[in-house]
Amino acid sequence: MADALEGRAPIVWPDRLRVAALPPQARFVFRGDAEAAARAGDAFGATLPMTPCRAAADDARAALWLGPDEWLLLAPPGTEDGTARDIAAALADLPHALACVSDRHAALTVSGPRAETLLAAGCALDLDPRAFPQGMCTRSLLAKAEIVLWRHQPASFRLEVRRSFAAYVWDFLAEAAREHASA
Amino acid sequence: MLLIACPHCGPRDEAEFVCGGQTHIARPGPPETTSDAQWARYLFERDNPKGLHLERWLHRHGCGQWFNVARDTLTHEVKAVYGLLDTRPDVT
Repeated sequence: MADALEGRAPIVWPDRLRVAALPPQARFVFRGDAEAAARAGDAFGATLPMTPCRAAADDARAALWLGPDEWLLLAPPGTEDGTARDIAAALADLPHALACVSDRHAALTVSGPRAETLLAAGCALDLDPRAFPQGMCTRSLLAKAEIVLWRHQPASFRLEVRRSFAAYVWDFLAEAAREHASA
Repeated sequence: MLLIACPHCGPRDEAEFVCGGQTHIARPGPPETTSDAQWARYLFERDNPKGLHLERWLHRHGCGQWFNVARDTLTHEVKAVYGLLDTRPDVT
């Protein structure tokens, strides 16, 4: 399926702000209890965090805590079939649900020293690094649109947006970014 | 706007939640021994107090979990947040 944000040029205000669409990738929603999550983590290649609102990631894969029995798994594009097969095989005797949602979301990054200020235009969360440190992730609302927000680097947030909301969220951020155009 | 402390995610804006109405509603006994009036009370009749109200809330745009909130309908003070299956907290 075509990427919902395809063709959107990054919004760049040097040394302040950068908003950029991310390429397509494999996504899963995994649901199950702690034992199922531990085994799914082994099969997936990234630990499914048990701490609320935390993500575990390496260069290629990430597991984001969404709820006490719900995780969002991110993997390189094209790995859907293999990942689903691996997890299903490892959990054959445990109740769980694994849904491929690769095309449900579009992803973008908001980075730079003004990233928190930009997101605060539409998000009620306290995004100060003390309240929302690197590695924290959560579902929340941005200008009434549901997002998954993840501070994947010290000064960079990753947003996962429903694809039908992606253009709206992008346009909202572009509008909000205008006030950061001049220092 | 309420600030509700989700048991899993911590304090969040009211907009992330959905209110599920009054909590601790006991289902009446077997249908064959339950009167129409009892069913009507169970299905349709709800408290509407001025003051303490025990409610179910869903963190819809968060962890997706249901839990209970003891809230004052007059002052909007959230007096307690507790699990969906927990017993009634000691609040007034």
